[in-house]
Amino acid sequence: MAHANNGYYVPHGTTWPIVGSIGLTTLVVSAANFMNGTGSFWLTAMLGGLAIVVVMMFGWFGIVIRESEEGELYNEQVDVSFRMGMIWFIISEVMFFAAFFGALFYARQFVIPWLGGDGSGLATQQFLFPDFEAAWPTNGPGELGGAFATIPAFDLPLYNTLILLTSGVTVTMAHHALKHDQRKPLIWWLAATVALGFIFVYLQATEYIHAYADLNLKLTSGIYGSTFFMLTGFHGFHVTVGAIMLTVIMFRCMRGHFKPDNHFGFEGVAWYWHFVDVVWLGLFVFVYIL
Amino acid sequence: MSSTAAVHQDDHHHEPVRGWRRWVFSTNHKDIGTLYLLFSLAMFFVGGAMAMVIRAELFQPGLQVVEPDFFNQMTTMHALVMIFGAVMPAFVGLANWLIPMMVGAPDMALPRMNNWSFWILPFAFAMLLSTLLMDSGGPAGGWTLYPPLSLQGGNSFAFVIFAIHLMGFSSIMGAINIIVTIFNLRAPGMNLLRMPLFVWTWLITAFLLVMVMPVLAGAVTMLLTDRYFGTSFFNAAGGGDPVMFQHIFWFFGHPEVYIMILPAFGIVSEILPTFCRKPLFGYVSMVYATASIAFLSFIVWAHHMFTVGMPLGGELFFMYATMVIAVPTGVKVFNWVATMWKGSMTFETPMLFAIGFVILFTIGGFSGLMLAIVPADFQYHDTYFVVAHFHYVLVTGAVYSIMAAAYYWLPKWTGNMYSEKLGKLHFWLSTITVNILFFPQHFLGLAGMPRRIPDYSVEFAEFNLWSSIGGFAFGLTQLIFLYIVLKASFGKRTQELPDRVWEGAKGLEWTVPTPAPHHTFEQPPELRDEDLAHGDVAH
Repeated sequence: MAHANNGYYVPHGTTWPIVGSIGLTTLVVSAANFMNGTGSFWLTAMLGGLAIVVVMMFGWFGIVIRESEEGELYNEQVDVSFRMGMIWFIISEVMFFAAFFGALFYARQFVIPWLGGDGSGLATQQFLFPDFEAAWPTNGPGELGGAFATIPAFDLPLYNTLILLTSGVTVTMAHHALKHDQRKPLIWWLAATVALGFIFVYLQATEYIHAYADLNLKLTSGIYGSTFFMLTGFHGFHVTVGAIMLTVIMFRCMRGHFKPDNHFGFEGVAWYWHFVDVVWLGLFVFVYIL
Repeated sequence: MSSTAAVHQDDHHHEPVRGWRRWVFSTNHKDIGTLYLLFSLAMFFVGGAMAMVIRAELFQPGLQVVEPDFFNQMTTMHALVMIFGAVMPAFVGLANWLIPMMVGAPDMALPRMNNWSFWILPFAFAMLLSTLLMDSGGPAGGWTLYPPLSLQGGNSFAFVIFAIHLMGFSSIMGAINIIVTIFNLRAPGMNLLRMPLFVWTWLITAFLLVMVMPVLAGAVTMLLTDRYFGTSFFNAAGGGDPVMFQHIFWFFGHPEVYIMILPAFGIVSEILPTFCRKPLFGYVSMVYATASIAFLSFIVWAHHMFTVGMPLGGELFFMYATMVIAVPTGVKVFNWVATMWKGSMTFETPMLFAIGFVILFTIGGFSGLMLAIVPADFQYHDTYFVVAHFHYVLVTGAVYSIMAAAYYWLPKWTGNMYSEKLGKLHFWLSTITVNILFFPQHFLGLAGMPRRIPDYSVEFAEFNLWSSIGGFAFGLTQLIFLYIVLKASFGKRTQELPDRVWEGAKGLEWTVPTPAPHHTFEQPPELRDEDLAHGDVAH
């Protein structure tokens, strides 16, 4: 690392992306075959693909972490590139959720009223679904999946809201500790954030079990089940990923990584965590309360 | 922009490694740009071969060449391959090659991710194309994947959806890289309003990509769960609606149309000033027009679905919003014409393609205006008029601009000047045949011939015959282009070319040696007004 000057770092050659491509392709080809019911071998192959992706992430992030901690390759400008990259990545994630929120709003504002005979849907309703009345929640005129009950907002979801909001505070406290180079509080606040994250995931899992076992609320419960499980499911997946990221960051902090004035890895994860937090607030309002 | 120089892992290895490793492990923006462009060229011929099958079947009425289901697979795959495999990667390849050189950057901002953006594509397309060999055949419900039809296909469906996921992943990473490079890696003094228009149009395109590719991912994920996991997003029995898919899809789909044309605007805005030997007319208004088009692209999507049954207020809103796009687009066309006005014009091949673009793309723009009118669209919808419209904007628009760019920058990339004679032959044959191919389709559509049907009433026979002849001739003509590109890329270098290959060319890419060395601008260049393409410099 003989380059202590102030230049922009351009790595030469990289082996991990092609590994990632092979891993992702193995994963999705196997998933497609498995979903088509062509044998349980493909489930194993899927896990294999996933393993390759995980190895790739360890390898790729490992290089970046080493370069960041050991060398002086990453100057301020490289740091800005990482920051901008993360911000635009989060924007793309927001748009992914926007598609599902859009589906929820469109279904509630237009589809259900039209199926109930509103506006130009009158004839359709009379001839096709004369017994259907527009209401929410609903599993549609075909009552797919049978009668179901919903999860009350001011119960578990409220606790989950408080948990995530608290975790947003704890991660900010950790950030302040890092900025003031107080390593012990940093690790404890981070540990608290990780714990809150996994408690959230655990509570979501119990909620799902409760929905399936007791409420007959399933993914197949018409449009309500579809939007409910896809929105909360993708959010839960993102929380899980975020919690894993926080865990990695916590171990890095325990190893003495990051400096008070230079810790993009920490901040990137913190931003991601705030993003899943904000998405949850949207879910709490539009999926659970309204 | 605090940096002064680029740091490489090893100062002594500035030449690329030899063999396959150079390409598979590359982090160099020029190598990755080359990979994108070659991949795109290959897909152009794959998609073109599918178009030939379509035109062969439509050569005369009746069913003769292929089964109707295979015909449907061809129309579906032709679109997917041309959009995601040919046009988009070609523009990303151009961005990779040119943007770092145009803004004076040592490379793309995130070079490793750049490698991944490309190397997902061959896998995604291997997956997509492999569906043609499956028992159930490839997807046959049209590239728009409308449910319920698309959900009724065979086992290939999951592969198509996952392939689209991978392509979206690649596009988003590529777009993020381009945005970050433009915002963070400009040479000192390269203010936003001094950037070449190609950089500006790509910045806005990349923004559109980040905004809408995830929405496509969401839409196709809903298709996947409807098909395999029993959700009811697009199933009325469960309280869903197939029309909802169309709304979500076209929220992606309409910005996608501009993703495929804004970089073309940028290319033409680079080439016209060079061969007119005049600065671009109205640079700042070009930037604002591009941004306006991008903004409007988010609020016009439902003009693709006027006949699906929307409330009248919706039809009116989307009609007027769509027509408003003609204003910024008109600004652009008038600026190009004003750039040519009283210029000392010469007509080398890139210039011919650029002028061809301005004229023929505008025809496509006008037919688009006709389609924007709701009552007229009720007649035109899903006819060959629509096919003619979007092929004028995509073939004589996007593809012409890519060819113009290839001729314009090929000498800078390869160090070889193409044969002007062959280039002109390519242009004129293309331009004559492409009009024989697509112009009659306007009349077919107005007379009521529906698209995506392998057979037709005998009254349409003559125009279809001409269209097919034009199609075969256009397809064959592209072999000239293939020969020119391969000869320039792999042929022996016969002459020394100056840095500034075209005497009227401006922009930083013309200040580096020809062919461009593996690494450029390891030290940020000093900007001199006379080198800059246009921009808000005092003329």
